[in-house]
Order: sequence, then structure tokens, then C-alpha cells
Amino acid sequence: MSDKKIRITINGLVTHCSAGQTILDAAKQVGVKIPTLCHDDRLEPYGGCRLCVVQVKGVNRPLTACTTPVANNMIVITENEAIHRIRKNMISLLLSNHPNDCMRCEKTGECTLQDLAYKYEVDGTRFAGEKWDLPIREDNPFITFEPNKCILCGRCVRICNEVVMAGTIDITGRGFNSVPDTAFGRPRTLDNCEFCGQCVSTCPTGALTDRKGRGKGRCYEMKKVKTTCAYCGTGCNLYLNVRDEKVVKVTSDYDAIVNKGNLCIKGRYGYDFIHSQDRIKTPLIKKDGKFHEATWDEALNLVANKFKQLIADHGAESVGAFSSARCSNEENYLLQKWVRCAIGSNNVDNCARV
Amino acid sequence: MADKKKTKKGQGAKSSPVTGKKAGQGVKAQTAKAGKSVPEKAVKSKKTSVDKAPEKALTIRVCVGTGGLAAGSQGVIDAFYRELSARGISAAIEKKCVTKTGCRGFCARDVIVDVILDGEPSTYQYMKADRVPRVVQEHIMGGEPVEEWLAGEDYHNFHFGQTKILLRHCGQIDPEDINAYINVGGYKAAKKALTWKPSEIIEEVKASGLRGRGGGGFLTGLKWEFCKMSKGSPKYIICNADEGGPGAFMDRAIIEGNPHSVIEGLIIGALAISAETGYVFTRAEYTVAVERLKKAIEQARANNFLGKNIFGSNVDFDIEIKHGAGAFVCGESTALMRSIEGKRGMPRPTPPNSVNKGLWNKPTVLNNVETLSNIAAIISRGSEWYASYGNENSRGTKVFALSGKVKNIGLIEVPLGISLKEIIYDIGGGIEKNRKLKAVQTGGPLGGCIPATHIDMPVDFESLTRIGSMMGSGSMVVMDDTTCMVDVARFFMAFTVNETCGKCIPCRVGTKRVHEILTRITEGQGREGDIDLLLEIGTDIKLASLCGLGRSAPNPLISTINFFRDEYEAHIKEGRCPAGVCKALRQYLVDVASCKMCGKCARVCPTGAVVWQTRQKAFIDKSKCVKCGACYDACPFKSII
Ligand SMILES: Cc1cc2nc3c(=O)[nH]c(=O)nc-3n(C[C@H](O)[C@H](O)[C@H](O)COP(=O)(O)O)c2cc1C
Ligand code: SF4
Ligand code: SF4
Ligand code: SF4
Ligand code: SF4
Ligand code: SF4
Ligand code: FES
Repeated sequence: MSDKKIRITINGLVTHCSAGQTILDAAKQVGVKIPTLCHDDRLEPYGGCRLCVVQVKGVNRPLTACTTPVANNMIVITENEAIHRIRKNMISLLLSNHPNDCMRCEKTGECTLQDLAYKYEVDGTRFAGEKWDLPIREDNPFITFEPNKCILCGRCVRICNEVVMAGTIDITGRGFNSVPDTAFGRPRTLDNCEFCGQCVSTCPTGALTDRKGRGKGRCYEMKKVKTTCAYCGTGCNLYLNVRDEKVVKVTSDYDAIVNKGNLCIKGRYGYDFIHSQDRIKTPLIKKDGKFHEATWDEALNLVANKFKQLIADHGAESVGAFSSARCSNEENYLLQKWVRCAIGSNNVDNCARV
Repeated sequence: MADKKKTKKGQGAKSSPVTGKKAGQGVKAQTAKAGKSVPEKAVKSKKTSVDKAPEKALTIRVCVGTGGLAAGSQGVIDAFYRELSARGISAAIEKKCVTKTGCRGFCARDVIVDVILDGEPSTYQYMKADRVPRVVQEHIMGGEPVEEWLAGEDYHNFHFGQTKILLRHCGQIDPEDINAYINVGGYKAAKKALTWKPSEIIEEVKASGLRGRGGGGFLTGLKWEFCKMSKGSPKYIICNADEGGPGAFMDRAIIEGNPHSVIEGLIIGALAISAETGYVFTRAEYTVAVERLKKAIEQARANNFLGKNIFGSNVDFDIEIKHGAGAFVCGESTALMRSIEGKRGMPRPTPPNSVNKGLWNKPTVLNNVETLSNIAAIISRGSEWYASYGNENSRGTKVFALSGKVKNIGLIEVPLGISLKEIIYDIGGGIEKNRKLKAVQTGGPLGGCIPATHIDMPVDFESLTRIGSMMGSGSMVVMDDTTCMVDVARFFMAFTVNETCGKCIPCRVGTKRVHEILTRITEGQGREGDIDLLLEIGTDIKLASLCGLGRSAPNPLISTINFFRDEYEAHIKEGRCPAGVCKALRQYLVDVASCKMCGKCARVCPTGAVVWQTRQKAFIDKSKCVKCGACYDACPFKSII
């Protein structure tokens, strides 16, 4: 795959691709931006929104860049008068069945539809007609679904089926009334849904939002702190969204090598402990049957002395370590190294038993 | 003497609990399936008690296609058995004296019955069970056909103008008996193909010039070749019998009338691409067709034409029937395959094409029913013979469903390249009530409207596409001057709005908005600029849609704007519907010049708004008129505008 033998020209720029790459991939390679709504690198090409249409020389109709594989000596123009008109009309059509309520919308500022409407200078007035009037769904603790803002890009459905493999949602109904939903429109519960929030994270509009973060601030008011999830050894990267010194939401880091923006329920929604009143913030030492706050030096000294005592009385083999699956590989490595070298014992184990 | 006998035997038959029960079952079977004609047994059981035998050879053929069944053909069959056995004719007649046949196309005249007496055929139209006694009495017993019920000249013209390759056996042979098909040369082609190399089969089909009859018109031999060349196994062959467009029923007629021709086509196709499994994807609503196909497959298996080592060779091939769930879009190839896989029937973008990655991601050939049913004839009689029909780029014959305002409605088979005019006037018998032809819509609900001025054009793939329509499913709707073209566009757009799968924006939202604008225009709310807006969005739906549905959906819209723009303008600018169809645009005024003072309008008006006295012109009191349209429909002179 590494041999890039296919030569392709995009807006006059030449680049080389390997078989299987799409026009969209090639455009990214040369830094040409093509608008997309239904595309997500993690998902199978879908071709639903038709926004990424481009003109390929010698083909009498525009082709979708996200689904069309490159071919040798292909010459592509990513925007001309007809393409521009088509894109404008596609966005107009979407806005004709949309609340167009950006002022109150949770997604404002990071909404792909909003950005495209701005870029292509369209509003929702060109086509008047029937609009969806479906109730907002808040039937579970984590995910808010506002169907009226859904543009049916199918990304939520595909990520749930292709990446999470949970099969919680699919597109239901037909034609104008199609809508992504669970079977029989039942609430998401732990019986049918992982609550990984993957669907929320890929949604390009305000249709799916994190319920816990709603109303806690605009995206541009957030300080985004990149960090590693504390829950397991996978070590997913994520962004803590911090406002007024409080973590109010977790969002994905799509460029992370480890997880490509994917998170599970713990990483995405399990952040309440951070500001919990019950959280233990210092080491505790038990005296007379009661825990007392202590410094790290006190605690470490106590443990070190007890280990020494044990080794002196019963030998090094009497000491072992049991590590956690929530630690990273590096941490697990360090622990066993320490047991073997510092303690002199081979008694090392880990809770990960699958 | 005869009378006495009739009464006696008749009573006997009626009082027999067996006959009574069977007749009841027969009636029920009409709606469900073409149930076994049980009375055959009743006839047999009478054998011993009947002594008189007619010396004449007699065959009675009754159409049991869906059209025939709906018109009551099972009742007609039962009546024939009853009447014949009552008259003691049953003893000598062969068991199959009353045969069931598939559709022969002229469904508007159903039930159609052939009575062949001593080789002398007579065709009855509009047969009903209660007409049977007289036919048996006068024709079969007396030798004098019942003149007034015989099909007339137009029936024969309807058939005379046609060239039947596909339908040649439909309406002639019993579709539920594999031997009937074998007797007319059936399965010889499959046996022949087994002795050929796959490439030889493909070459022969390529040379015939056969193009897909499902609408796309892709060269069938070439499709097979691509699939054969494709790496990956196993390979599949699928017959597309989803036929979802309203007005199209040629595939149904072929399966109902000659199911083995489709099976034979599948076998030959499977040999060409080396597939061991075939599917027939059919509408679940086609109950009769599905039943016949099931029976045919079972009989083919029993004869070792399907299954392991077919025809004693070392080749395995079998067929499975899959039912569609009633979505038009599942006729589209990629949606169809997803549906077979048990997924939501939504098209996916191509490439990869199905010949490389089709069903279960394996190389797959999808062919239409009619396409496949051509194959055996091509292999048997040779590509050269087949290619001698049709014109340069469109070879062979095609079945069309002729409907609308034409005199002879039904299924017709004609060589491609024939002109629209020949179809409408020679075969179709011209326009109903001798009105003026306005347009013909071809290709199903996604096809365009061809104006009467282009009636000399040849009917072939390229010509139809060039004029903004398409071959599509092969339906032809004839429209006369009482048709409003804006309303026609609105009607067909309503179909798309119901059938779009919802995957892509132009088709899902675009057709909805177009339909809303057209509805507005037909309701008198048209605005300046609507026509341009419709053209622009129609063009973009065509250009930007993912699958053939969205790409064709604007055809009715764009073609009517192109050819009948003045009608759109009359609606929008003058608030007038030239054809008088759009109710909201009627003014409910009496045209004094043409009013003949008959007063029919006054008699039907429910609110007494029409003021009329003998020998006076009518007048409509606007304050009382509720625009119900009753006077409009009642006026014989079209004087209400
Ligand atoms: C919306 C849509 C509906 C279709 N419906 C049918 C159908 O009912 N029957 C059919 O044979 N082909 C139908 N087709 C065409 C098929 O996609 C396919 O081209 C055809 O079955 C291939 O067979 P052929 O090459 O023998 O024509 C449809 C296509 C589209 C886009
Ligand atoms: S989803 Fe996007 S476009 Fe729609 S209201 Fe919210 S911010 Fe605006
Ligand atoms: S939260 Fe995860 S499992 Fe649940 S619907 Fe969304 S993607 Fe599927
Ligand atoms: S909810 Fe969001 S991701 Fe899902 S289809 Fe609608 S817009 Fe796309
Ligand atoms: S707990 Fe979930 S989000 Fe956190 S690192 Fe593990 S898999 Fe990733
Ligand atoms: S064109 Fe229409 S039917 Fe085809 S994929 Fe798009 S929405 Fe579905
Ligand atoms: S991004 Fe290509 S069709 Fe949506």
C-alpha cells in the first residue's frame, strides 16, 4: 500500500496516491478542503449528504469525493459554478427542514451545518414547506436527542454499528420521515446501549448532544485540556472541557493515535469524580482503627519500613505486588521491575484476566 | 331430451356434497392463489355415471393470470367443469380439456377464454361463470359460437401488431406443468449450454445484443463477462422480480405465464458465471407469481434441472426465493442486495459494482425477469436470429404495459425501434373516445412525458433517454387532452416522495419541496419564478442524487416544463388550468357560447347555485357555489369553465 503509483491532479495540484484512496483523501494530501457532512474517517464511505461532489474531467456528472476511488491521471476540480450551486441547494434543502435556532443551540460554534451555511451564504428561506416537529428526547441520563436538528447523515448509526458494534440505533421510517432511532423508539438503557457517546461525538449538528454538559457553556468558552483517560490501560486521549475551573464535559481527540477520537462510557461520561466531595486527596494512615490524613513522605516511609521489616523477618519471597488493569503498560512494567530489583521477589501479578 | 338430461345431471352435480365443497374452495382460491382446479376430480368421479361421449376434440383455455383471476377465471373454470360434466361430455375428453394459462396481455378484456373445437379456435372476452352454460350449450354442443361474446377485430389487431418471443407461450401453456414447457422445447437450451464453455455462452449472449430490461439497458453478455472475470467466490446470480413501479406488470405476467423460462435463464446465466446459488427477489404482493414460481422450482428440482449434478452433469445449481418488503427502491441493485442480506434497503454508492462486490460482498449478476426469460431463446435459436429483431443499438423485443387513455389496454410485446405511433394507434387502437393524444409517459413513475409531436420517434434505449424519458420498467401511460401536465408532474412526484429511501438530501428533501411547489401551483398559489426554481432544483436532484431513483425522479417535472411550459404559465400567471383538471383553478362560470341549455348542471348542483330554466342558458350564482365540481363533471359540452 505504501507505493503511491496513482497520479492525480486536484485543482491543478499534482499528488500521488495508492489504490483504494478516495478523491477526498487525495485532496487532504494536497491541502484542498472539500466540504463534507456525512463523512467520518473512521466509517465506511456513505455518500449520503452529496456535499462533497466534485467535477472529474471526462465524467458527465459530479462525483462524491468521499466515495470515489482515485484513478490514474484523474483530473479533479473541487469547486466550479455548478458544484457551488449544488452545494448551496443541498444546504438550503437541509435548512428548509431545520429549526435554524443557532442562538439557543448547544452546538453553536462547532456545528458543521452552521459553518457551511455561513460559508455558502444560505438561510432557510428559499424552500418553505413541511418541517419536522418532533419532541426533544431526554429519556436517558447521558444523551439528548433533538430530532428536528438531525440532517440524516447516518454517522451516529454507522459509528454505533461499525465501530462500537452495539447496534443500538438504525435509521427508521422512510423518505422524508426517516430518522435515526432505537428499535421501536424505546429509550436508550444499559440493556440496549453502551452509553459510549460515540454517536454524540460524531454528530455534525446539534441533534445529539451530551446531556450533562448542556447549558454549561459555549464551546469557545471552554479551555480544552488534553489528557489521558484515567480509567484503563488503553490510555485513550481526550479533552477535558474546563470552564471556570470546572470540568464540564469531555470531548474527543480525533488526532489521537491511540483511540482516534473513540471513547467508552467511562472516559466520556465518568468525570463526575473529579469534583466529588467524597474524593480522597491525601494519603490516609490508620491509627487506632481510624484513618488520619498524612503527607506523601509519611505514607511512603511507613510502607517502605513495613516492607523492610517483612523481608528481614520472612525473606523477600514473602512480598509480592498485584497491579491494576487501570495502569498503563509503562506503569505495570515499572511495578514488576521494582518488585524484582528493589524487593528481590518474583511474585508479580495483575488483575487483568480475560 | 337434452333439456331433461341437463336438469337431471345438473341437479346431481349440485347436490353432490363433494362438488359443492370444491366449488366453494375454487372461489376462495381466486383471491389467494391459483389453487389447484379441484373440480377435475369431480369430473373424474362422474366418469362411471356418464356414458355419452362427444366425438369432437375439445380444448378450453382459461387465463389465470392475476388479471384473469381478479376477473373471476376460477369461477369460469369451475363452471366449465360443472357444465361439461353435467352434459356428460367429461367421459371422453382428455383430462386436460380445460387448461389454465398465464396472462396473454389483454387484461382489460378478462376473463379471456379460447374454445378450440376440432382445431377451430374461437376467443371469448369478458367471460363470466354465468355465461358458460350458453357457450357450452350453443357452441360446444351445438357447434355455433356465441357471436355476441366473441372477441372482435380490435382484439385480433392488438395481437396481430405484436412480435412475440417472450410472451409466445404465455397464455398458451399451463404454467403449473413443467411438461407443458418441455413439450414446447423447454430446457433444451440449458442442456445445450451445459455442453458449452462459459465463454461461449457469454459470447453468444453478447452477440445477440441483448440489453437489460430492468431499465438500465446494460449489455447482458458484458455484465456476465465482468462477473466471470471478477476474482472472488462464490458467485451469485439474482433475478430482479421486484417490479415496483405502478402500471408495470410484465415481469409478473412472465412469471405467472411461463415461470420455467426464468428458471432456465437463471441456469444458463449461472453456467456462464459459474454460480451455484441463484436468488429470485420478488415482491411479496405477487402471490400468484410466487406460488407458480415455487411450484416450478420444485418441479425443476424433481426433474434434476436444479439441485446437485443438474441434468446429470457435475454442476450444482439451485434457486431460492426472497421476498421484498414492499419498497420500490429495493428494485435498485445495491438496495436489493442489502435487503437480501437482511439490512435496510438503501442503495450504496458505486464503485464497487455488484459484478465485483455484490451480495455478501461477492461477485454478483443481477438480471431482470424479462432479460433472463430471453436467454433460452437466444441459446436455442442463436444470437443472429435474436439480433434480427429491433434496431441497431436496441436488439430484440420488449414487453410494454400499455395503459391510460388508449382503447386497448394491456401487455404488448413489440420489436424495439418500433414507433410510438404504431404502438398507440395500430396495437392500442388509438385514443379512447377518439380524443386528441397529448403525451405519452414511458418508463414508469420516474420517466418523462413525450409530447404528441414526437410520436414518430422510435422506442429504443437511446431515443427515450435523449428526449428526457427512459425505457425504465416499460410502462406506457397514454394521455389525452383532458390531462393537465402540471398535475401529472405533481402526481408522479408524490410517488417519489413516498418511495425515496431517505438516504441522500436531494432526493429526500428535494423531491418533497418540488412536490410542495407543484401542489401549490395546481391549487392556484403559483408564484413568479416558480418555473425557474423548479428547473434549477430538478436539475440538481438529477445531478446530485446517489441512486437511479433520485437521478430519474425529476424526469416527469423537467419534461413537462420543457414541452408544456405554457400550461405551467397558464396556472401561475393566469390562474387557469387549460385542461380543466385543477379544481381550485376552475372559475365556475358558464361559457354562454357553448352552453346548449340542457340543464344537467342545475340538476346535479347540491346547493342550488345553478340558475336555469328550460331553453335558457345556465348561470352560476357565485354566492351559493361551493366549488364542488358536480356541474363541471355533468356538463356534456364542457361549458363550465
Ligand atoms: C429505483 C429503482 C428501481 C428499480 N426497480 C427495478 C425493478 O423493479 N425490476 C428490475 O428488474 N430492475 C429494477 N431496477 C434496475 C436494477 O437496478 C438493475 O439495473 C436491473 O435489475 C439489472 O438487470 P438488467 O441488466 O437485466 O436490466 C431499478 C432501478 C432503480 C434505480
Ligand atoms: S444544529 Fe447547528 S445549524 Fe442547527 S441550530 Fe444548532 S448550531 Fe444551528
Ligand atoms: S452511546 Fe454508543 S452504544 Fe449507545 S447509541 Fe450511541 S454509539 Fe451506540
Ligand atoms: S443524529 Fe446527528 S449523526 Fe445522527 S444522523 Fe442525525 S445529524 Fe447525523
Ligand atoms: S476507560 Fe474507556 S475511554 Fe478510558 S482509556 Fe479505557 S477505553 Fe479509553
Ligand atoms: S437517490 Fe433517493 S432512493 Fe436513491 S439513495 Fe438517495 S434518497 Fe435513497
Ligand atoms: S461527505 Fe461525501 S456524500 Fe457526504
